[in-house]
Amino acid sequence: MMAIQKARARAARPLYLRSLIRSDFASRPPPASRIEERGYTVYYKFDVVIVGSGGAGLMAAMQLPNTSVAVLSKVYPTRSHTGAAQGGVAAALGNVEEDHWKWHMYDTVKGGDYLVDQPAAEILTREAIDAVYELEHRGLPFNRTPDGRIDQRRFGGHTRNFGEGPVRRSCYAADRTGHMILQTMYQNAVKNQVRFFNEYLVLDLLINDGQACGVVALEIRTGEIHTFHAKAVLFATGGYGRAWRVTSNAFACTGDGMAIAYRSGIPLEDMEMYQFHPTGIYKVGVLLSEAARGEGGKLLNGKGEYFMERYMPTLKDLAPRDIVSRSMIQEVKEGRGVDGKDYLFLDVRHLGAKTIAEKLPDITDFARNYLGVEPITEPVPIQPTAHYAMGGIPTDNDARVVIDPQWTPLPGFYAAGEVACVSVHGANRLGTNSLVDLIVFGRRAGKHMAKFIAENSHAPLPDEPEAYAREWVDHLYSSVGGESAARVRSTLQNEMDDKVFVERSEQSLRHALDTLDGLQETYKRAQLQDKGKKFNTELVEAIELGFLLDCAEATIHGALARTESRGAHFRLDYQKRDDVNWLKHTLAYKGVKAHDVRLEYKDVILIDDPIFKPKERKY
Amino acid sequence: MNVLVRIKRFDPEKDKKPYWADYRVEVDPIDRLLDAMNTIKWTMDGSLTYRRSCAHGVCGSDAMRINGRNRLACKVLMRDVGDKVTIEPMLGFPVIKDLVVDMDPFFEKYKAVKPYLINYDNEPGTERLQSPAERERFDEGTKCILCGACTGSCPSVWGNPDWVGPASIVNAHRFIFDSRDQGAAERLGILGQRDGVWRCRTIFNCADACPRGIPVTDLIEQVKRAIVYNDPGSE
Repeated sequence: MMAIQKARARAARPLYLRSLIRSDFASRPPPASRIEERGYTVYYKFDVVIVGSGGAGLMAAMQLPNTSVAVLSKVYPTRSHTGAAQGGVAAALGNVEEDHWKWHMYDTVKGGDYLVDQPAAEILTREAIDAVYELEHRGLPFNRTPDGRIDQRRFGGHTRNFGEGPVRRSCYAADRTGHMILQTMYQNAVKNQVRFFNEYLVLDLLINDGQACGVVALEIRTGEIHTFHAKAVLFATGGYGRAWRVTSNAFACTGDGMAIAYRSGIPLEDMEMYQFHPTGIYKVGVLLSEAARGEGGKLLNGKGEYFMERYMPTLKDLAPRDIVSRSMIQEVKEGRGVDGKDYLFLDVRHLGAKTIAEKLPDITDFARNYLGVEPITEPVPIQPTAHYAMGGIPTDNDARVVIDPQWTPLPGFYAAGEVACVSVHGANRLGTNSLVDLIVFGRRAGKHMAKFIAENSHAPLPDEPEAYAREWVDHLYSSVGGESAARVRSTLQNEMDDKVFVERSEQSLRHALDTLDGLQETYKRAQLQDKGKKFNTELVEAIELGFLLDCAEATIHGALARTESRGAHFRLDYQKRDDVNWLKHTLAYKGVKAHDVRLEYKDVILIDDPIFKPKERKY
Repeated sequence: MNVLVRIKRFDPEKDKKPYWADYRVEVDPIDRLLDAMNTIKWTMDGSLTYRRSCAHGVCGSDAMRINGRNRLACKVLMRDVGDKVTIEPMLGFPVIKDLVVDMDPFFEKYKAVKPYLINYDNEPGTERLQSPAERERFDEGTKCILCGACTGSCPSVWGNPDWVGPASIVNAHRFIFDSRDQGAAERLGILGQRDGVWRCRTIFNCADACPRGIPVTDLIEQVKRAIVYNDPGSE
């Protein structure tokens, strides 16, 4: 009640509730920005258009108060997949034990198997501290220490004093930190009256005279296509985990932003670096957070052995994800899966009912719900699950998209979050660093766009801006005689699970490439059963499948060319890391067909400090 | 197991009124109902329309009326529904197509209760302090995923679409009882009005419907008590 009494003095005279709701309704589509209507196309003009309403998009929007900003989301903002992140957000606050951003930076660089651009990792880990405080000030309900500060816990790959042992660095809110971040950001967007376009699927990026000038989007509810004219466009569209069958990712994670950039002639960077999280629920893929191991949970094989200590004696179960997933595959290969099958157990029984209920409530629910397993008394069946793209649209440290090995920016085009490759995650992302990436580079994107729009005017739109998008949608409506998109997608997902998983080889990747070539042809004839315009989710899924095919293409090509093993990319035929030839980023440019991709490379940026010099990765 | 799935369907471009469609689906007992719906959409009838995203109960997209109760389709297992299941759009929301309802009015009501931290003090250089007990005080409300299952299950909402509804009150509660917040009086002033908390008749449908286990009715009662005993603006 303290809060209530404290606020008594400041209480404004309350508005009548009903009129408050109504007036919000009335202001919903501000007619001022809707300046031209022709046919079914509506044209909107804003200074900034943000595509994607997850952590990165909303963090950027929060930096642009009193600016003409539109946020386009293909779902309702609170449905974004940031909300599924569980474990925490790392920052060297040092609230519960000594910690330094430089230790965090070291872990990030080493965790990424030295494919990290080191100046970017410095920015990530230094600015994480301030960004976490910003979230707290904006209302995020972190768990607290007894003295009222933000509580912190252990997480995979995070160590003290350059690798000596685990450190408590992950700031968390139970095991729903991502949910809290998303809610807090959405709450602030409501406060700042950010203009949302919910359930708009972006189909195309508009570029004119070497400058980004807007996007074209499908309004799912009406089936209408709209042009958004902008000075600056930010893609914050997330990952493409739905290219695999077993995945922790939402149905919405279909690589839209990556594929659209790729089709526009912008390269995709390091797409072969895709993370498989060790603890997905068996067959379902739903994630059981690394927080379970951060709190002391362990992996168990079919023989009842805690096997991680055999692979990584210091960090054991808290080794980085690429190593843990690979160790699991090894256990299964050597016949120590459960009942001779391809799964293992996550064991949290020894933590006790109290810790499990207080610190891991959501994942306990998942195990009960989807497996009928009671984690307090039984180990939980798990397998590696497709989880996170380290690669994506190449950007510089201000989230500006760069289009070649010389770091040439495309003015007005920005990317942040999982869709982007800064690169702070290199060949393998550490747990909790995805949320750090969102808040740090989402913020940088917002701040840089604020500067950019002040100094630049709208570039003119190209002629017939929506021609490509409309032709594509019309084609999908009119195709006859082909397979359904759902069947094409299912074939793609099975192939990716079989051939482009934790372990790859030239043989498996060539097989995947041939399959993909065939699928791209089949996709052109994919047929819709639902020919309606309004809320046609079959059309949406077909469009998303096109995006997935493009992302898979860049992934397979990058993986095939990279004849070494590094981080998440493990080649059975080239099992060693090769710093002489491969300490460099892949840039994949789209060709006409699946086999025509052009690859270029750019150097990894190292800093002059012996502690960050690439060396063998042991934990 | 073989299950009969009855779905209430409506296509605004074709149908004058909703109708029931029956589908027979082969499912695994531990499949989610959402899996069964996907099987229908992907192999039988591509025009079946519903929202879904995360598929494990944290995004709040797929709230619908399942065997008469509001549930998330991704949190209902087939073994728990028997060999026949009926699915309808949630009541109390305008239907757009099949199981998709218009969520805009729901979010407008949410916005009306100022669902964000209000604090007029200068921000400290680090975090604001809050004890674990103070943090625990509003924990339940922070679980809300804004799926609308509570609001769509509430007879008071069905009878009066203008009522602010349980989800908004839960999100107001989350800030009213946050020790860092200074906007409680503003919110209590809003919720003390005719279409505020008082249209709640403690029916408990909301608490039953909540997929996050939030004791919704209890939180509403706490807000009512705050208005009666402490509220500056409820005269």
